[in-house]
Amino acid sequence: MATPILQVENLSASYRKNTVLHDINFEVNAGSLTGIVGPNGAGKSTLLKTILNLHPSLTGSVKFFGLPFIKAKKRIGYVPQRGSVDWDFPTDALDVVTMGLYGQIGWLRRPSRLHKERAYEALDKMGMADYANRQISQLSGGQQQRVFLARALVQDADFYFMDEPLAGVDAATERAIMTILKELKAIGKTVMVVHHDLQTVEDYFDHVLLLNRTVIKHGRTEQIFTRENIANTYGGNMRWMGEEKRHAVHSIE
Amino acid sequence: MLSILLNSNTGWVLLSTMTLGIAAGTIGCMAYWKRQNLMSDALSHAALPGVVIAFLLIGEKNLLILIIGAAISALIGAFLIQWITTASRISEDSAMGMVLAIFYGFGIMLLTIANRSAGGNQSGLDGFIYGQAAAMVRTDVITMLVLALIVVFIVFIGFKEWKLYLFDGQFAKGIGLSLKGMNTLYTAVLVTTIVIGIQAVGVILMAAMLIIPAVSARYWTQSFKVMILLSAIFGGLAGATGTLISALGSGLPTGPFIVVVGAGFFVISLVLGKEKGILINYLQFKLHQKAQQSNAQTLKQEG
Repeated sequence: MATPILQVENLSASYRKNTVLHDINFEVNAGSLTGIVGPNGAGKSTLLKTILNLHPSLTGSVKFFGLPFIKAKKRIGYVPQRGSVDWDFPTDALDVVTMGLYGQIGWLRRPSRLHKERAYEALDKMGMADYANRQISQLSGGQQQRVFLARALVQDADFYFMDEPLAGVDAATERAIMTILKELKAIGKTVMVVHHDLQTVEDYFDHVLLLNRTVIKHGRTEQIFTRENIANTYGGNMRWMGEEKRHAVHSIE
Repeated sequence: MLSILLNSNTGWVLLSTMTLGIAAGTIGCMAYWKRQNLMSDALSHAALPGVVIAFLLIGEKNLLILIIGAAISALIGAFLIQWITTASRISEDSAMGMVLAIFYGFGIMLLTIANRSAGGNQSGLDGFIYGQAAAMVRTDVITMLVLALIVVFIVFIGFKEWKLYLFDGQFAKGIGLSLKGMNTLYTAVLVTTIVIGIQAVGVILMAAMLIIPAVSARYWTQSFKVMILLSAIFGGLAGATGTLISALGSGLPTGPFIVVVGAGFFVISLVLGKEKGILINYLQFKLHQKAQQSNAQTLKQEG
Protein backbone atom coordinates (compact mmCIF):
# COMPACT_ATOMS: atom_id res chain seq x y z
CA MET A 1 0.00 0.00 0.00
CA ALA A 2 1.47 3.31 -1.09
CA THR A 3 1.89 6.00 1.49
CA PRO A 4 -0.63 8.80 1.02
CA ILE A 5 0.77 12.09 -0.29
CA LEU A 6 -2.17 14.12 0.93
CA GLN A 7 -3.61 13.64 4.39
CA VAL A 8 -6.56 15.75 5.44
CA GLU A 9 -7.71 15.36 9.02
CA ASN A 10 -10.77 16.80 10.66
CA LEU A 11 -10.77 19.83 8.39
CA SER A 12 -13.54 22.41 8.63
CA ALA A 13 -14.07 25.83 7.08
CA SER A 14 -16.67 28.55 7.08
CA TYR A 15 -17.73 31.77 5.45
CA ARG A 16 -18.40 34.11 8.35
CA LYS A 17 -20.88 32.20 10.49
CA ASN A 18 -21.85 29.54 7.98
CA THR A 19 -19.87 26.36 8.30
CA VAL A 20 -19.40 25.15 4.76
CA LEU A 21 -17.17 22.16 5.45
CA HIS A 22 -16.98 19.97 8.52
CA ASP A 23 -15.28 16.74 9.55
CA ILE A 24 -13.32 16.39 6.34
CA ASN A 25 -11.05 13.35 6.50
CA PHE A 26 -9.43 11.71 3.52
CA GLU A 27 -6.14 10.59 2.08
CA VAL A 28 -4.93 10.63 -1.50
CA ASN A 29 -2.31 8.32 -2.93
CA ALA A 30 0.33 9.29 -5.44
CA GLY A 31 -0.54 8.79 -9.08
CA SER A 32 -4.29 8.99 -8.69
CA LEU A 33 -6.72 11.08 -10.68
CA THR A 34 -9.56 12.09 -8.41
CA GLY A 35 -12.79 13.81 -9.28
CA ILE A 36 -14.42 15.89 -6.55
CA VAL A 37 -18.13 15.67 -7.16
CA GLY A 38 -21.08 17.19 -5.36
CA PRO A 39 -24.04 19.54 -5.75
CA ASN A 40 -23.80 23.31 -5.97
CA GLY A 41 -22.85 24.83 -2.64
CA ALA A 42 -21.38 21.55 -1.41
CA GLY A 43 -18.08 23.31 -0.77
CA LYS A 44 -16.03 21.80 -3.59
CA SER A 45 -14.10 24.96 -4.42
CA THR A 46 -13.86 25.85 -0.76
CA LEU A 47 -12.36 22.43 -0.08
CA LEU A 48 -9.61 23.07 -2.63
CA LYS A 49 -8.97 26.56 -1.35
CA THR A 50 -8.87 25.44 2.27
CA ILE A 51 -6.47 22.61 1.49
CA LEU A 52 -4.26 25.09 -0.36
CA ASN A 53 -4.31 27.70 2.38
CA LEU A 54 -6.19 30.17 0.20
CA HIS A 55 -9.13 30.06 2.58
CA PRO A 56 -8.68 29.90 6.36
CA SER A 57 -9.51 26.60 8.02
CA LEU A 58 -11.40 26.48 11.31
CA THR A 59 -9.94 23.21 12.52
CA GLY A 60 -7.91 20.31 11.31
CA SER A 61 -4.65 19.70 9.56
CA VAL A 62 -3.52 19.15 5.98
CA LYS A 63 -0.26 17.43 5.12
CA PHE A 64 1.34 17.16 1.68
CA PHE A 65 4.04 14.53 1.32
CA GLY A 66 3.98 14.42 5.12
CA LEU A 67 4.80 18.14 5.28
CA PRO A 68 2.73 21.23 6.01
CA PHE A 69 1.61 23.23 2.96
CA ILE A 70 4.22 25.96 3.35
CA LYS A 71 7.07 23.49 2.93
CA ALA A 72 5.47 21.59 0.09
CA LYS A 73 4.03 24.41 -1.99
CA LYS A 74 6.75 24.28 -4.64
CA ARG A 75 5.49 20.81 -5.54
CA ILE A 76 1.87 21.87 -5.82
CA GLY A 77 0.11 23.39 -8.81
CA TYR A 78 -3.29 25.05 -8.66
CA VAL A 79 -5.57 25.89 -11.57
CA PRO A 80 -8.22 28.32 -10.30
CA GLN A 81 -11.63 28.81 -11.84
CA ARG A 82 -11.42 30.74 -15.06
CA GLY A 83 -13.62 33.52 -13.71
CA SER A 84 -11.28 34.25 -10.83
CA VAL A 85 -9.15 36.70 -12.81
CA ASP A 86 -9.79 39.76 -14.94
CA TRP A 87 -9.19 38.64 -18.53
CA ASP A 88 -9.13 42.24 -19.66
CA PHE A 89 -5.68 42.57 -18.08
CA PRO A 90 -3.24 43.76 -20.74
CA THR A 91 -1.05 40.76 -21.41
CA ASP A 92 -0.75 37.86 -23.85
CA ALA A 93 -1.12 34.12 -23.49
CA LEU A 94 2.60 33.39 -23.43
CA ASP A 95 3.10 35.89 -20.63
CA VAL A 96 0.39 34.29 -18.50
CA VAL A 97 2.00 30.88 -18.95
CA THR A 98 5.41 32.34 -18.06
CA MET A 99 3.88 33.39 -14.73
CA GLY A 100 3.87 29.72 -13.81
CA LEU A 101 7.67 29.87 -13.83
CA TYR A 102 8.00 32.91 -11.58
CA GLY A 103 8.58 30.74 -8.54
CA GLN A 104 11.53 29.03 -10.27
CA ILE A 105 12.89 32.19 -11.86
CA GLY A 106 13.16 33.69 -8.42
CA TRP A 107 11.84 36.95 -7.11
CA LEU A 108 13.03 40.23 -8.57
CA ARG A 109 14.64 38.53 -11.56
CA ARG A 110 13.56 38.64 -15.17
CA PRO A 111 12.44 35.60 -17.13
CA SER A 112 15.08 34.49 -19.64
CA ARG A 113 14.57 33.28 -23.18
CA LEU A 114 14.81 29.73 -21.94
CA HIS A 115 11.87 30.34 -19.64
CA LYS A 116 9.89 31.80 -22.53
CA GLU A 117 10.68 28.71 -24.58
CA ARG A 118 9.45 26.42 -21.86
CA ALA A 119 6.27 28.45 -21.59
CA TYR A 120 5.84 28.20 -25.35
CA GLU A 121 6.27 24.43 -25.21
CA ALA A 122 3.55 24.17 -22.59
CA LEU A 123 1.22 26.25 -24.75
CA ASP A 124 2.05 24.03 -27.69
CA LYS A 125 1.17 20.98 -25.64
CA MET A 126 -2.24 22.45 -25.00
CA GLY A 127 -2.64 23.12 -28.73
CA MET A 128 -2.35 26.85 -28.17
CA ALA A 129 0.97 27.62 -29.87
CA ASP A 130 -0.75 29.75 -32.50
CA TYR A 131 -2.22 31.94 -29.81
CA ALA A 132 0.99 32.63 -27.88
CA ASN A 133 0.98 36.33 -28.69
CA ARG A 134 -2.77 36.74 -28.62
CA GLN A 135 -4.28 39.13 -26.10
CA ILE A 136 -5.88 37.14 -23.32
CA SER A 137 -9.05 39.20 -23.63
CA GLN A 138 -9.43 37.90 -27.17
CA LEU A 139 -9.29 34.23 -26.21
CA SER A 140 -12.44 32.15 -25.98
CA GLY A 141 -13.40 30.54 -22.69
CA GLY A 142 -11.93 27.20 -23.68
CA GLN A 143 -8.70 28.81 -24.82
CA GLN A 144 -8.42 30.71 -21.56
CA GLN A 145 -8.81 27.45 -19.69
CA ARG A 146 -6.03 25.90 -21.78
CA VAL A 147 -3.77 28.83 -21.01
CA PHE A 148 -4.41 28.32 -17.31
CA LEU A 149 -3.62 24.64 -17.65
CA ALA A 150 -0.43 25.40 -19.59
CA ARG A 151 0.59 27.72 -16.78
CA ALA A 152 0.12 24.88 -14.33
CA LEU A 153 2.09 22.50 -16.56
CA VAL A 154 5.21 24.68 -16.66
CA GLN A 155 5.24 24.68 -12.88
CA ASP A 156 6.20 21.03 -13.16
CA ALA A 157 4.48 20.26 -9.87
CA ASP A 158 3.91 16.78 -8.47
CA PHE A 159 0.40 17.41 -7.27
CA TYR A 160 -2.21 19.38 -9.20
CA PHE A 161 -5.48 20.86 -8.02
CA MET A 162 -7.95 22.09 -10.60
CA ASP A 163 -11.17 23.96 -9.99
CA GLU A 164 -13.69 23.02 -12.66
CA PRO A 165 -11.35 23.04 -15.64
CA LEU A 166 -14.10 21.51 -17.79
CA ALA A 167 -16.83 24.02 -16.94
CA GLY A 168 -18.18 25.77 -20.01
CA VAL A 169 -15.57 24.56 -22.48
CA ASP A 170 -16.26 22.96 -25.85
CA ALA A 171 -15.72 19.30 -26.65
CA ALA A 172 -12.31 19.83 -28.28
CA THR A 173 -10.96 21.64 -25.23
CA GLU A 174 -12.46 19.04 -22.90
CA ARG A 175 -10.68 16.35 -24.85
CA ALA A 176 -7.38 18.26 -24.87
CA ILE A 177 -7.59 18.82 -21.13
CA MET A 178 -8.47 15.22 -20.35
CA THR A 179 -5.60 13.98 -22.53
CA ILE A 180 -3.21 16.12 -20.51
CA LEU A 181 -4.67 14.98 -17.21
CA LYS A 182 -4.25 11.35 -18.20
CA GLU A 183 -0.71 12.07 -19.35
CA LEU A 184 0.07 13.66 -16.01
CA LYS A 185 -1.26 10.60 -14.26
CA ALA A 186 0.75 8.34 -16.53
CA ILE A 187 4.01 10.00 -15.52
CA GLY A 188 3.16 9.59 -11.84
CA LYS A 189 1.65 12.97 -11.01
CA THR A 190 -1.37 13.25 -8.78
CA VAL A 191 -4.38 15.29 -9.80
CA MET A 192 -7.56 16.36 -8.00
CA VAL A 193 -10.26 17.96 -10.11
CA VAL A 194 -13.51 19.62 -9.12
CA HIS A 195 -15.96 18.16 -11.60
CA HIS A 196 -19.56 18.88 -12.44
CA ASP A 197 -20.66 16.42 -15.04
CA LEU A 198 -21.81 13.16 -13.46
CA GLN A 199 -22.05 11.45 -16.84
CA THR A 200 -18.33 11.53 -17.48
CA VAL A 201 -17.03 10.76 -14.00
CA GLU A 202 -16.55 7.07 -14.68
CA ASP A 203 -14.64 7.70 -17.89
CA TYR A 204 -12.36 10.37 -16.54
CA PHE A 205 -11.41 9.57 -12.97
CA ASP A 206 -10.04 6.51 -11.24
CA HIS A 207 -10.95 7.91 -7.84
CA VAL A 208 -13.96 9.87 -6.77
CA LEU A 209 -14.64 12.05 -3.74
CA LEU A 210 -18.33 12.62 -3.15
CA LEU A 211 -18.73 15.84 -1.23
CA ASN A 212 -21.64 17.61 0.35
CA ARG A 213 -20.35 19.78 3.17
CA THR A 214 -18.46 16.72 4.33
CA VAL A 215 -16.99 13.70 2.61
CA ILE A 216 -19.86 11.36 1.77
CA LYS A 217 -17.65 8.71 0.18
CA HIS A 218 -14.16 8.57 -1.16
CA GLY A 219 -12.40 5.78 -3.01
CA ARG A 220 -12.01 4.02 -6.31
CA THR A 221 -14.59 5.12 -8.83
CA GLU A 222 -15.95 1.66 -9.61
CA GLN A 223 -16.62 0.97 -5.93
CA ILE A 224 -17.79 4.40 -4.82
CA PHE A 225 -19.62 5.89 -7.75
CA THR A 226 -22.83 4.01 -7.21
CA ARG A 227 -26.39 5.15 -7.56
CA GLU A 228 -26.96 4.96 -3.85
CA ASN A 229 -23.91 7.04 -2.92
CA ILE A 230 -24.71 9.64 -5.52
CA ALA A 231 -28.26 9.88 -4.27
CA ASN A 232 -26.93 10.35 -0.75
CA THR A 233 -24.65 13.11 -1.94
CA TYR A 234 -27.26 14.98 -3.89
CA GLY A 235 -29.94 14.76 -1.25
CA GLY A 236 -31.68 11.58 -2.22
CA ASN A 237 -34.44 12.87 -4.43
CA MET A 238 -32.38 13.28 -7.55
CA ARG A 239 -33.78 11.51 -10.55
CA TRP A 240 -31.24 9.16 -12.00
CA MET A 241 -30.99 10.16 -15.58
CA GLY A 242 -28.96 8.61 -18.27
CA GLU A 243 -29.16 5.06 -16.99
CA GLU A 244 -30.88 3.88 -20.11
CA LYS A 245 -29.15 6.33 -22.35
CA ARG A 246 -25.68 5.60 -21.18
CA HIS A 247 -24.83 3.33 -24.05
CA ALA A 248 -26.51 5.47 -26.64
CA VAL A 249 -25.16 8.88 -25.74
CA HIS A 250 -21.59 9.56 -24.90
CA SER A 251 -20.68 13.14 -24.19
CA ILE A 252 -17.45 12.98 -26.10
CA GLU A 253 -15.94 10.28 -28.15
CA MET B 1 9.78 89.44 -4.63
CA LEU B 2 7.50 86.63 -5.61
CA SER B 3 8.72 86.53 -9.17
CA ILE B 4 12.34 86.22 -8.03
CA LEU B 5 11.39 83.35 -5.76
CA LEU B 6 9.55 81.77 -8.65
CA ASN B 7 12.39 82.11 -11.07
CA SER B 8 15.03 80.60 -8.86
CA ASN B 9 12.67 77.91 -7.79
CA THR B 10 10.56 77.12 -10.80
CA GLY B 11 13.03 74.72 -12.31
CA TRP B 12 13.14 72.64 -9.16
CA VAL B 13 9.41 72.79 -8.69
CA LEU B 14 8.88 71.66 -12.26
CA LEU B 15 11.23 68.75 -11.74
CA SER B 16 9.41 67.70 -8.60
CA THR B 17 5.90 67.90 -10.06
CA MET B 18 7.12 65.97 -13.08
CA THR B 19 8.58 63.24 -10.88
CA LEU B 20 5.40 63.28 -8.85
CA GLY B 21 3.42 62.81 -12.04
CA ILE B 22 5.62 59.89 -13.04
CA ALA B 23 5.21 58.22 -9.65
CA ALA B 24 1.47 58.87 -9.60
CA GLY B 25 1.08 57.55 -13.13
CA THR B 26 2.94 54.38 -12.20
CA ILE B 27 1.05 53.72 -8.98
CA GLY B 28 -2.20 54.79 -10.65
CA CYS B 29 -1.75 51.92 -13.08
CA MET B 30 -1.58 49.50 -10.19
CA ALA B 31 -4.59 51.08 -8.49
CA TYR B 32 -6.45 50.77 -11.80
CA TRP B 33 -5.89 47.01 -11.99
CA LYS B 34 -6.53 46.56 -8.32
CA ARG B 35 -9.84 48.31 -9.02
CA GLN B 36 -9.09 50.79 -6.30
CA ASN B 37 -9.39 54.14 -8.00
CA LEU B 38 -11.95 55.36 -5.49
CA MET B 39 -9.70 54.19 -2.71
CA SER B 40 -7.01 56.65 -3.77
CA ASP B 41 -9.58 59.44 -3.71
CA ALA B 42 -10.69 58.52 -0.20
CA LEU B 43 -7.11 58.25 1.04
CA SER B 44 -6.03 61.61 -0.34
CA HIS B 45 -8.95 63.33 1.36
CA ALA B 46 -8.19 61.39 4.52
CA ALA B 47 -4.70 62.88 4.54
CA LEU B 48 -5.88 66.41 5.32
CA PRO B 49 -6.45 66.16 9.10
CA GLY B 50 -2.99 64.64 9.48
CA VAL B 51 -1.39 67.61 7.74
CA VAL B 52 -3.14 70.13 9.97
CA ILE B 53 -2.55 68.20 13.18
CA ALA B 54 1.16 67.88 12.35
CA PHE B 55 1.27 71.62 11.72
CA LEU B 56 -0.50 72.41 14.98
CA LEU B 57 1.91 70.17 16.88
CA ILE B 58 5.18 71.53 15.53
CA GLY B 59 3.95 75.05 14.79
CA GLU B 60 5.81 75.48 11.51
CA LYS B 61 5.54 74.25 7.95
CA ASN B 62 8.10 71.51 7.49
CA LEU B 63 7.01 69.40 4.53
CA LEU B 64 8.54 66.16 5.73
CA ILE B 65 6.74 66.34 9.09
CA LEU B 66 3.48 67.33 7.42
CA ILE B 67 3.89 64.43 4.98
CA ILE B 68 4.35 62.03 7.87
CA GLY B 69 1.22 63.42 9.50
CA ALA B 70 -0.64 63.05 6.23
CA ALA B 71 0.55 59.48 5.82
CA ILE B 72 -0.56 58.50 9.32
CA SER B 73 -3.99 59.97 8.83
CA ALA B 74 -4.37 58.40 5.38
CA LEU B 75 -3.34 55.02 6.77
CA ILE B 76 -5.90 55.39 9.57
CA GLY B 77 -8.43 56.11 6.84
CA ALA B 78 -7.35 53.00 4.91
CA PHE B 79 -7.55 50.90 8.05
CA LEU B 80 -11.01 52.24 8.89
CA ILE B 81 -12.28 51.47 5.39
CA GLN B 82 -11.03 47.93 5.64
CA TRP B 83 -12.31 47.47 9.17
CA ILE B 84 -15.77 48.84 8.38
CA THR B 85 -15.98 46.60 5.32
CA THR B 86 -15.04 43.40 7.12
CA ALA B 87 -16.60 44.01 10.53
CA SER B 88 -19.95 45.46 9.52
CA ARG B 89 -22.53 44.99 6.82
CA ILE B 90 -21.52 48.30 5.22
CA SER B 91 -20.10 47.78 1.75
CA GLU B 92 -16.70 49.02 0.67
CA ASP B 93 -17.90 51.93 -1.46
CA SER B 94 -20.09 53.25 1.35
CA ALA B 95 -17.19 52.91 3.77
CA MET B 96 -14.94 54.83 1.38
CA GLY B 97 -17.54 57.54 0.92
CA MET B 98 -17.92 57.91 4.67
CA VAL B 99 -14.20 58.01 5.40
CA LEU B 100 -13.61 60.49 2.58
CA ALA B 101 -16.27 62.93 3.75
CA ILE B 102 -15.68 62.63 7.47
CA PHE B 103 -11.89 62.94 7.31
CA TYR B 104 -12.09 65.82 4.88
CA GLY B 105 -14.68 67.64 6.97
CA PHE B 106 -12.60 67.09 10.07
CA GLY B 107 -9.53 68.37 8.22
CA ILE B 108 -11.29 71.55 7.09
CA MET B 109 -12.51 72.13 10.63
CA LEU B 110 -8.96 71.81 11.98
CA LEU B 111 -7.70 74.02 9.18
CA THR B 112 -10.06 76.79 10.20
CA ILE B 113 -8.77 76.52 13.76
CA ALA B 114 -5.14 76.53 12.59
CA ASN B 115 -5.72 79.55 10.39
CA ARG B 116 -7.04 81.50 13.38
CA SER B 117 -4.00 80.64 15.46
CA ALA B 118 -0.94 82.86 15.43
CA GLY B 119 1.09 82.40 12.30
CA GLY B 120 -1.38 79.94 10.89
CA ASN B 121 -2.76 82.46 8.49
CA GLN B 122 0.52 82.95 6.72
CA SER B 123 1.43 79.29 6.80
CA GLY B 124 0.04 78.51 3.39
CA LEU B 125 -1.80 75.50 4.74
CA ASP B 126 -4.68 76.42 2.47
CA GLY B 127 -2.38 75.40 -0.35
CA PHE B 128 -2.86 71.78 0.68
CA ILE B 129 -6.44 71.87 -0.52
CA TYR B 130 -5.85 72.81 -4.16
CA GLY B 131 -2.07 72.51 -4.23
CA GLN B 132 0.50 75.29 -4.36
CA ALA B 133 3.64 74.00 -5.98
CA ALA B 134 5.21 77.45 -6.11
CA ALA B 135 5.14 77.61 -2.32
CA MET B 136 7.63 74.77 -2.09
CA VAL B 137 11.17 75.52 -1.03
CA ARG B 138 14.30 73.60 -2.00
CA THR B 139 14.14 71.12 0.89
CA ASP B 140 10.48 70.36 0.12
CA VAL B 141 11.38 69.66 -3.45
CA ILE B 142 14.18 67.30 -2.45
CA THR B 143 11.92 65.46 0.00
CA MET B 144 9.36 64.97 -2.73
CA LEU B 145 11.89 63.92 -5.32
CA VAL B 146 13.50 61.32 -3.11
CA LEU B 147 10.20 59.78 -2.03
CA ALA B 148 8.82 59.73 -5.57
CA LEU B 149 11.97 58.05 -6.86
CA ILE B 150 11.78 55.42 -4.12
CA VAL B 151 8.19 54.66 -5.12
CA VAL B 152 9.08 54.31 -8.80
CA PHE B 153 12.07 52.16 -7.91
CA ILE B 154 9.96 49.78 -5.80
CA VAL B 155 7.60 49.26 -8.72
CA PHE B 156 10.46 48.88 -11.17
CA ILE B 157 12.46 46.21 -9.36
CA GLY B 158 9.42 44.11 -8.51
CA PHE B 159 7.69 44.59 -11.84
CA LYS B 160 7.15 40.88 -12.48
CA GLU B 161 5.80 40.35 -8.98
CA TRP B 162 3.46 43.34 -9.18
CA LYS B 163 2.07 42.06 -12.45
CA LEU B 164 1.36 38.63 -11.04
CA TYR B 165 -0.09 40.12 -7.85
CA LEU B 166 -2.46 42.35 -9.82
CA PHE B 167 -3.47 39.75 -12.40
CA ASP B 168 -3.94 36.70 -10.21
CA GLY B 169 -3.30 37.17 -6.50
CA GLN B 170 -4.34 33.67 -5.53
CA PHE B 171 -1.93 32.12 -7.97
CA ALA B 172 0.80 34.44 -6.72
CA LYS B 173 0.14 33.17 -3.23
CA GLY B 174 0.18 29.62 -4.47
CA ILE B 175 3.72 29.96 -5.81
CA GLY B 176 5.02 31.58 -2.69
CA LEU B 177 4.42 35.31 -2.94
CA SER B 178 3.15 36.76 0.32
CA LEU B 179 -0.16 38.45 -0.41
CA LYS B 180 -0.14 40.16 2.95
CA GLY B 181 3.32 41.54 2.26
CA MET B 182 2.33 42.72 -1.22
CA ASN B 183 -0.85 44.33 0.10
CA THR B 184 1.13 46.17 2.76
CA LEU B 185 3.73 47.31 0.27
CA TYR B 186 1.03 48.37 -2.16
CA THR B 187 -0.76 50.45 0.48
CA ALA B 188 2.57 51.94 1.54
CA VAL B 189 3.53 53.09 -1.97
CA LEU B 190 -0.01 54.30 -2.66
CA VAL B 191 -0.12 56.37 0.51
CA THR B 192 3.41 57.70 -0.07
CA THR B 193 2.49 58.81 -3.57
CA ILE B 194 -0.66 60.49 -2.31
CA VAL B 195 1.00 62.38 0.53
CA ILE B 196 3.95 63.66 -1.48
CA GLY B 197 1.45 64.99 -3.98
CA ILE B 198 -0.76 66.93 -1.63
CA GLN B 199 1.59 69.94 -1.45
CA ALA B 200 1.77 70.27 -5.21
CA VAL B 201 -1.68 69.09 -6.27
CA GLY B 202 -3.79 69.28 -3.12
CA VAL B 203 -5.86 66.65 -1.33
CA ILE B 204 -8.97 67.15 -3.46
CA LEU B 205 -7.39 66.57 -6.85
CA MET B 206 -4.59 64.16 -5.94
CA ALA B 207 -6.75 61.18 -6.88
CA ALA B 208 -6.99 62.54 -10.43
CA MET B 209 -3.20 62.32 -10.71
CA LEU B 210 -3.49 58.61 -10.03
CA ILE B 211 -6.56 57.84 -12.09
CA ILE B 212 -6.34 59.95 -15.26
CA PRO B 213 -2.90 58.88 -16.60
CA ALA B 214 -3.76 55.20 -16.10
CA VAL B 215 -7.10 55.34 -17.90
CA SER B 216 -5.52 57.38 -20.70
CA ALA B 217 -2.73 54.84 -21.13
CA ARG B 218 -5.30 52.04 -21.33
CA TYR B 219 -6.35 53.37 -24.73
CA TRP B 220 -2.94 52.92 -26.31
CA THR B 221 -1.61 49.48 -25.47
CA GLN B 222 -2.29 45.86 -24.71
CA SER B 223 0.87 45.34 -22.71
CA PHE B 224 1.08 45.96 -18.99
CA LYS B 225 4.66 47.19 -19.25
CA VAL B 226 3.85 49.73 -21.95
CA MET B 227 0.75 50.79 -20.06
CA ILE B 228 2.76 51.62 -16.95
CA LEU B 229 5.38 53.47 -19.02
CA LEU B 230 2.77 55.48 -20.91
CA SER B 231 0.88 56.23 -17.73
CA ALA B 232 4.11 57.51 -16.15
CA ILE B 233 4.80 59.66 -19.21
CA PHE B 234 1.28 61.12 -19.25
CA GLY B 235 1.53 61.81 -15.52
CA GLY B 236 4.95 63.44 -15.83
CA LEU B 237 3.90 65.62 -18.76
CA ALA B 238 0.70 66.69 -17.04
CA GLY B 239 2.61 67.52 -13.86
CA ALA B 240 5.22 69.61 -15.63
CA THR B 241 2.87 71.37 -18.04
CA GLY B 242 0.28 72.13 -15.37
CA THR B 243 2.91 73.57 -13.06
CA LEU B 244 4.35 75.66 -15.85
CA ILE B 245 0.97 77.19 -16.69
CA SER B 246 0.17 77.90 -13.08
CA ALA B 247 3.59 79.48 -12.58
CA LEU B 248 2.80 82.03 -15.30
CA GLY B 249 0.33 83.81 -13.07
CA SER B 250 1.03 84.57 -9.45
CA GLY B 251 -0.72 82.65 -6.70
CA LEU B 252 -2.52 80.27 -9.04
CA PRO B 253 -3.21 76.84 -7.55
CA THR B 254 -1.27 74.06 -9.28
CA GLY B 255 -3.64 71.13 -8.80
CA PRO B 256 -6.45 72.25 -11.11
CA PHE B 257 -4.03 73.07 -13.93
CA ILE B 258 -2.29 69.72 -13.71
CA VAL B 259 -5.61 67.94 -13.70
CA VAL B 260 -6.93 69.89 -16.67
CA VAL B 261 -3.81 69.09 -18.69
CA GLY B 262 -4.16 65.43 -17.68
CA ALA B 263 -7.81 65.53 -18.74
CA GLY B 264 -6.66 66.85 -22.12
CA PHE B 265 -4.47 63.77 -22.55
CA PHE B 266 -7.42 61.63 -21.61
CA VAL B 267 -9.75 63.19 -24.18
CA ILE B 268 -7.13 62.74 -26.88
CA SER B 269 -6.66 59.11 -25.85
CA LEU B 270 -10.39 58.49 -25.66
CA VAL B 271 -10.93 59.71 -29.22
CA LEU B 272 -7.74 58.73 -30.99
CA GLY B 273 -6.55 55.83 -28.83
CA LYS B 274 -5.26 52.84 -30.76
CA GLU B 275 -7.06 50.35 -28.56
CA LYS B 276 -10.78 50.97 -28.79
CA GLY B 277 -10.54 54.72 -29.08
CA ILE B 278 -13.86 56.13 -30.28
CA LEU B 279 -12.60 57.33 -33.66
CA ILE B 280 -10.55 54.20 -34.39
CA ASN B 281 -13.44 51.98 -33.40
CA TYR B 282 -15.76 53.88 -35.70
CA LEU B 283 -13.36 53.86 -38.65
CA GLN B 284 -12.65 50.15 -38.28
CA PHE B 285 -16.35 49.40 -38.16
CA LYS B 286 -17.08 51.53 -41.22
CA LEU B 287 -14.22 50.00 -43.20
CA HIS B 288 -15.34 46.51 -42.30
CA GLN B 289 -18.93 47.35 -43.16
CA LYS B 290 -17.89 48.69 -46.55
CA ALA B 291 -15.81 45.62 -47.30
CA GLN B 292 -18.69 43.35 -46.38
CA GLN B 293 -21.17 45.31 -48.44
CA SER B 294 -19.00 45.31 -51.54
CA ASN B 295 -18.42 41.61 -50.98
CA ALA B 296 -22.13 40.98 -50.88
CA GLN B 297 -22.59 43.05 -53.98
CA THR B 298 -20.02 41.16 -56.03
CA LEU B 299 -21.60 37.92 -54.89
CA LYS B 300 -24.97 39.21 -56.04
CA GLN B 301 -23.63 40.23 -59.41
CA GLU B 302 -21.93 36.94 -59.90
CA GLY B 303 -25.01 35.11 -58.72
